[in-house]
Order: sequence, then structure tokens, then C-alpha cells
Amino acid sequence: MVEAIIEGFEKAFQLILSGDPEVLSISARSILISGTATLLAAAWSIPLGLLIGVRSFRGKRIVRSTFNALLGIPAVALGVILYLALSRSGPLGFFHMLYTPLGIALGQAILITPIAVSFITSAIESVDPEIHRLAKTLGASETEASFAVLRESTGGVALAITASFNRAVAELGVALMIGGNIRGSTRVLTTAIAMETGRGELALGIALAIILLFLVAVISVLMNVLGGRR
Amino acid sequence: MPSITPVYVSLGIWYISISHLLLAPLRLEKRLKESLDLKLVCSSICFRDKQLYTDSNGQESAEMHPETYRASHEVVHRRFMQGLTLVQGVLVLVLIAVAAMVGVIYLQSLSSSASRVVVSTTTSLYDTGLLEVVGAKFGQEQKIGVSFISAGTGLAIQYAQRGDSDVILVHSPSQELTFLQGGDGVNRKIIAYNFFMIVGPSDDPARVRGLSPLETLKKIKQAGEAGVALWASRGDDSGTHTKEKSLWKAAAIDVAKIREESWYVEAGAGMGKTLQLANEKQAYTLSDAGTYLKYARDGLISLEALVTQGRELLNVYSVIAANPSKHPDANFEDAMRFIEFLVSQEGQDLIESYGQEDYGQPLFYPAVRLLQDNTNPELLSWIRSYAYFDGSECPPQYRHQEGALYEEE
Repeated sequence: MVEAIIEGFEKAFQLILSGDPEVLSISARSILISGTATLLAAAWSIPLGLLIGVRSFRGKRIVRSTFNALLGIPAVALGVILYLALSRSGPLGFFHMLYTPLGIALGQAILITPIAVSFITSAIESVDPEIHRLAKTLGASETEASFAVLRESTGGVALAITASFNRAVAELGVALMIGGNIRGSTRVLTTAIAMETGRGELALGIALAIILLFLVAVISVLMNVLGGRR
Repeated sequence: MPSITPVYVSLGIWYISISHLLLAPLRLEKRLKESLDLKLVCSSICFRDKQLYTDSNGQESAEMHPETYRASHEVVHRRFMQGLTLVQGVLVLVLIAVAAMVGVIYLQSLSSSASRVVVSTTTSLYDTGLLEVVGAKFGQEQKIGVSFISAGTGLAIQYAQRGDSDVILVHSPSQELTFLQGGDGVNRKIIAYNFFMIVGPSDDPARVRGLSPLETLKKIKQAGEAGVALWASRGDDSGTHTKEKSLWKAAAIDVAKIREESWYVEAGAGMGKTLQLANEKQAYTLSDAGTYLKYARDGLISLEALVTQGRELLNVYSVIAANPSKHPDANFEDAMRFIEFLVSQEGQDLIESYGQEDYGQPLFYPAVRLLQDNTNPELLSWIRSYAYFDGSECPPQYRHQEGALYEEE
């Protein structure tokens, strides 16, 4: 059995190094879908995180703890809920988004929103409140002061976005239930790994797993370097 | 085009959040200027800068001198806005949003290109790779994309019942009949058959090699209760699982009872995973021929096919279209083209030739010709009694715009 694993790794590296079109297209699709999901989530999470982090308002603690509680939402559970909603007989069936790449992207965006919002809020709150006050003292408007805080917390925000992307690209539940693992359309790294291992294509499964690990590691390191520069 | 709507929804969410961020400060700032807090901070700066000014009554005031206020405004711009000014900040956020929209629109364009048929199918057909070959050939000729969702028969049927698939490709006549009776499907066609096999460890602890299927099950139960053998069940309501339950029943063994016993292991997984599980645990299991042959050839399992003969092991694959009168969103037209392709000479030849080279024998046998010409009466009678409803592969009440599909009967 050990030999089989070694052989699997050998074949896996061959697949990656020779630029196997199947492996490449699945990886590219994964990055594209999860990247879009991350951008979407960032687009609404940064302003939201800013609002929650900088402002004080009634029910702020409830909002914060809601997002914190949603941090660990199981992807499979969200997958089921979204599947029922997006199914042709479900309430959002008219979108025709089930089994489409866009469906996965939206599902993943929802999945990672709590992570993005929660981490961004923490990053902003960890900035010395004096900066916000000082900026205002010096005559900055509320918006300007907020952006001054945002600028101070760039590293934390970048980390939040990285963590979100990593969660999106590594999750299986939403991609499988909303995407359906359709070859050439919604087959992404995680669904392909699960399927190829299940149907005995070990080398392909290992190759895809290596790519997934590599992808997550490279992006994390890259963001650490960029974030640590300041 | 309703499918573009999510783009607008997310644009809307984006717009509301950003406009709130930009507008709310206007109100807040006004209030803050009046607040004591700000005045105190202001005055402390004024003290520090020794720029307290005396108002018209000759009294010292805690108010900031207008000039000082304006000067400090410039300081904040210098000190805090150099790296990321307000404009740049908003620009970055807008860029993120625009990039997200481009991604969404690109993904959208991927999803809605040309027409496609969604086929929910059993794992056994998909895992062997047959359907990818059939789908590619059909797509090439008809310019229709085929999307296969691989699940057990039970789940495949549920997908169609919810209206999420246009065609089902399954192998469980009893479940198919329920599906037709529920009005969810029309135009059933039997497309292929092969045989299930009972596979197990090569040392065969229950001594079943070469026995009849029902004898085999009884022996395995005895050996299981004696603690020398295990049985791995799919346990996922798939066609194979349904077959397994019917075999236990035919052998006069109560499945509900034995599934509580420790020698009966439920995998709750597809055929491939169940075979691997059986291999790890050295258990017996029921497998379709196609998946077993593929796994055995690839050296993934060391189980042997111990029992392969007997009419009880017949396995019949059928295709059914979703009923357009119950599921108006279903792509009925292309679904029918797919069914016609499967039963055509070309589709049947594809099924017959698949696996010949790799396995030395077909994984699936085409059924259409067999049902038409009476070349193998024995097998024909087996299929008729196992997979026909009221003497037909699809009784007339379950047909809909079937065209020439059943002309040969």
C-alpha cells in the first residue's frame, strides 16, 4: 500500500509538471470561482466591518456576536440551505443558479462573509482608538477618520481577505451541493479530489490535493509578506 | 434574463452600504461638533498651543478660534491622509466591487452558454467513465452540453422530483415505477443491462464461491453471525442498495434485523467507496460488474468476484425524462434528444464497445436490440419479468410526445 502511495505521488508530480489540461483547468476554475467569491465578500464586508468597527450604535454587540457565531458555519449545512433555496422548485429557483459556477461563487461569498466581517472588525478595533479620535480632533470628517483607521489596519484586513479566500477555495459542501461537480463547468479542486479518490484515480486526486495545498500556502505567505511590510 | 438578477442584487447591497458610509458622517459630524467631548478636546489643544482666544465680552473661551480650526483641518490631511486619502480609499473599494462584478459576469457567461441537459445518474454509470464518453459524443454532434450529476439512484430520482434535473439514468425498476406513478417522469427506455456480482475476500471465509446468489447470502449471514465474515452494504438508497435489499428479502432474511448486527456494515457511499471499504475490512459486498472490473483491473482492490451467475443478479439501466407538464422549467426537448441518442444505433454501439479494450469485455451490454429481436429469449424473459411494468418498458400513460421512441414494440 505504501508503494501505491509513492506511485501516486510520482504520477501526481508528472501530471502537474507536464501541465495536464484537466488538472490545469480544474485549478484555474477553482481560483476563478473562489476569487470572485472573495472579491464579492470583500466588497460588502469591508464597508460593513468599518461600520461595525468604528461606529457605536444600538445593538452593536448583537451584530458582532452574530457574525462571530456564524464563523464556524459548516459549509455542508449552508450547502443544503442554498440547495433548497436555489432548486428549481425552491423560492429562488427562478434565478436558475443551481449547478452553475456563479451559484458556487455566491454560495462561497455568503459562507466567507462572517469570516471577512469578523476579522476586519477585529482588525479595525485593534487599531488604537486614539487614531480615530485624533483624526477627528484634527478636523477630519467621520468618513475621513474611518479611512484613517482603515489605513492603519491594512495588514489585518489583508489577513481577513486571505483567510476568506482560503476558506472559500478549500470548502467542499457548497461546491458539491450547489455545483454538482459537473465536468468542465462546476468541477473545482475540492469536489474533484473527493470524486477522483472515490473512483480510484488516486494520482489525479493527489495531484489536485498538492495544488490546493500549494495554492493556499503561496497566497498566505504572499499576504504575510505584503502585510508585514508596513 | 432572470439569471443576471443576482448581479443587481449584489450591486444594490454594495450601493446601500457605501452610500450609508458616505452619507451618515455628514449628520454625525454636525452632532459631534456640538458635542462637549469634541469641545473639550479642542480646547485642550488650544491650551497646548496657547491659542486660546478671548471672545467679544473679554472672557476666555473654550471655543476654538476659527483660524485654528481650519489649520488643524489641514494637519489631519497631512498626517492621516497621505498614504490613503479618502478618494483613494473609496477607489480601492470601488475597484474591488468592479472586479467582483467582472468575475460574476464572466461566471454568468460561462453558465448560460447554449442549452444544456442536466442528467442525474447513478454512480456506477459515471464512475466507470462511460457517461463522459457518451456525453462528449452527444455534445459534439448535437451542440448540446450535457451535465452529469453523479449520485445514487435514490438521490438521482429526488433531484428530478425537485425539478433540478432533466433526465435520470438509473437502475432500480421499483423506484422507477414510483417515479413514473408520481407523474415526475415520462418516456422510460431500457438502455443497457449487465449483472451484479457478489464479491469478497479471496480466502472466502463463508465458502460461497460458485453458489447461487440466495444460497450465498444465507451462508454469509451464518458466517457473519459466527464472527468470521463481514458484509458491506451501500446503505445509500441507490439502485444497488435496493437490489441488495430485495436479494436479502428473496433469501427470507430480514434486512431491518441484520442491519443492527455487527457483521453488517453500512457504508453510506457510492459503489467505488464501498468496494474500497469492503477491501479494507475484507468484507463481502454486492457490486455492479462495471465498477468492480474497473477497480480490480486498476489494482485498487484485491476482492474476488465469487458469485456472478443467476437471474437474481440481473441489473437493468433505464433512462427517463422529467415530465414537462409537472416540471415546466425542465429542458424536455433536449432531454428527448439525449434519450433518442442513447437508444440509437450509435449510442448503443458506444455502450457496447466501452471498456472492450481495457477490460477484454464490455462493462455494459446494450439492451435495445435485445428487446426488439428475439435472439436471446431466456434473457429477454428475465428482463421482462424484472424491469417491465404491465408488460411494457413504459406503459402508454407514462408517455409524452414520445415520437418514434416505442415504434418497434
